[in-house]
Amino acid sequence: MFYYMKKYTYTEKKDTRSGFGAGLLEAGKKNDKVVALCADLIGSLKMDAFIKEFPERFFQIGIAEANMMGIAAGLTIGGKIPYTGTFANFSTGRVYDQIRQSIAYSDKNVKICASHAGLTLGEDGATHQILEDIGMMKMLPGMVVINPCDYNQTKAATIAIADYHGPVYLRFGRPAVPVFTDPDQKFEIGKAWMVNEGTDVSIFATGHMVWKAIEAGEKLAEEGINAEIINIHTIKPLDEAAVLKSVAKTGCVVTAEEHNRYGGLGDSIAQVLTRNNPAPQEYVAVDDSFGESGTPDQLMKKYGLDTEDIINAVKRAIKRK
Amino acid sequence: MTPDIDKLTKTASQVRRDILRMVHACQSGHPGGSLGCTDYLVALYFHTLKHNTKFDMDGSGEDLFFLSNGHISPVWYSVLARSGYFEVAELASFRKINTRLQGHPTTHEKLPGIRVASGSLGQGMSVAIGAAIAKKLNNDNRLVFSLHGDGELQEGQTWEAAMYASHNKIDNLISTIDVNGQQIDGPTDVILSLGNLRSKWEAFGWEVLEMSGNDMADVVRVLDLAISKTCKGKPIMILMQTMMGNGVDFMMHTHKWHGSAPNDDQLALALSQLEETLGDY
Repeated sequence: MFYYMKKYTYTEKKDTRSGFGAGLLEAGKKNDKVVALCADLIGSLKMDAFIKEFPERFFQIGIAEANMMGIAAGLTIGGKIPYTGTFANFSTGRVYDQIRQSIAYSDKNVKICASHAGLTLGEDGATHQILEDIGMMKMLPGMVVINPCDYNQTKAATIAIADYHGPVYLRFGRPAVPVFTDPDQKFEIGKAWMVNEGTDVSIFATGHMVWKAIEAGEKLAEEGINAEIINIHTIKPLDEAAVLKSVAKTGCVVTAEEHNRYGGLGDSIAQVLTRNNPAPQEYVAVDDSFGESGTPDQLMKKYGLDTEDIINAVKRAIKRK
Repeated sequence: MTPDIDKLTKTASQVRRDILRMVHACQSGHPGGSLGCTDYLVALYFHTLKHNTKFDMDGSGEDLFFLSNGHISPVWYSVLARSGYFEVAELASFRKINTRLQGHPTTHEKLPGIRVASGSLGQGMSVAIGAAIAKKLNNDNRLVFSLHGDGELQEGQTWEAAMYASHNKIDNLISTIDVNGQQIDGPTDVILSLGNLRSKWEAFGWEVLEMSGNDMADVVRVLDLAISKTCKGKPIMILMQTMMGNGVDFMMHTHKWHGSAPNDDQLALALSQLEETLGDY
């Protein structure tokens, strides 16, 4: 018996950070309270267009991320909606205590926008490739954690978070990846997106791994495996209802994320299932390791985050049913 | 308005009683720095700040104050209560379960008067700068004040903030450092010396003033002077010399009372040295 995946195609590849840059400009146009801060990485974060349009609402902080987080917290007092921009590593681990006390505990409306997340930062190596950020950020009470899958979704998320009051961690990446979601989509925080309905396995993927899950789903269909694929763009708050509904149908799970196996999407899914409806689960994630230099494709392959790894994980999960 | 130094001094005496009774009641907290900064906070809230005790987080059209060295929460809570932000009786709940008066100040329990959590040191100046920038963006010509410990200057973030404020001409900010020369483990000169603070802050591009922080008349004078120096392209730094434990003889000249509470006898002795001027809570 053959199954056919819902067809997703793309005509171009774009980096999700450019989606952030485009979304920031739109958010700035829609809401004059939106301001932006950067710690000496304007080009990398694609903030040029916002700066050109709204020079008085942009703040170059210099190489001082702790100060940037504090200034962002202060800007909310007076009604501003600050978006901070730097690499994911310097947006989280470097400034965890500043985010914890001055932003999360203080309930400040700061949008922490983090580029170059995960292995796909590439050649700069492990000092810059953070694989622990989702875990750190989701553990902060009240923090929303979003990891969109492509340019369009990152742009939509960047615009949407301005209308949500509270701290948000928005994670995106460096490489050009397929653009396959609707350019006019409405981004709903905390609402999982059904990519493909299936019956044999639930694949929950986030960020760059969503496209790889689609590729895996197409190959699995050729082998007669009908995979349900769900894009978890919001890791916190997790769409628990969508997770449980899917797993009730399929009976087994694969999670896919560009993150350490500990503390990321996989653990969030596992916790929901353990509390409600335990099911066999396989992780496609980095196996408690730092990254290294290489091209994004080489690294995703070496660290077990490729399409083939999802396919193999699906087969293992189905066997355990 | 000519400040009534005598009235401010009397208020400070009551605030010092509040601090000691709060810390004694829960047998924890930081009386030393609180007593040292009492005159500054009384002058600030009862003379300097243009503020509204009907609390609004954004504080539009008001002067704002940020306490970076959050462990001296007792003095801030007392001053907030005595100036009308909440009932004075609530001071009795300090550090107790279900209180809004957490060990270190927080917005989380919605205590009026507090705009950001502090306690983990070194973060307050950055937040104050952000609030000062927001005022400029909003064409709000009121000022932002912040207080920092001297030991706290060992946190590097302070110097990131210092550099930013002068480079970006954050001239609606008046920061004050409580220079009492003490930190938990001993004198700052022994633990990690701060060097010449005036030279350091001047080198960082700030307008530096000095103040005798336990002389109410001088506190009022220097705060007024600081305001006259705002909006001239430079952030203002007041180096405030204080005596940790000021007002209670056996709590001065030692760092012992940085973070420990008096027992019953010590409380009685301490209170005997401080006039009850506004009525104990």
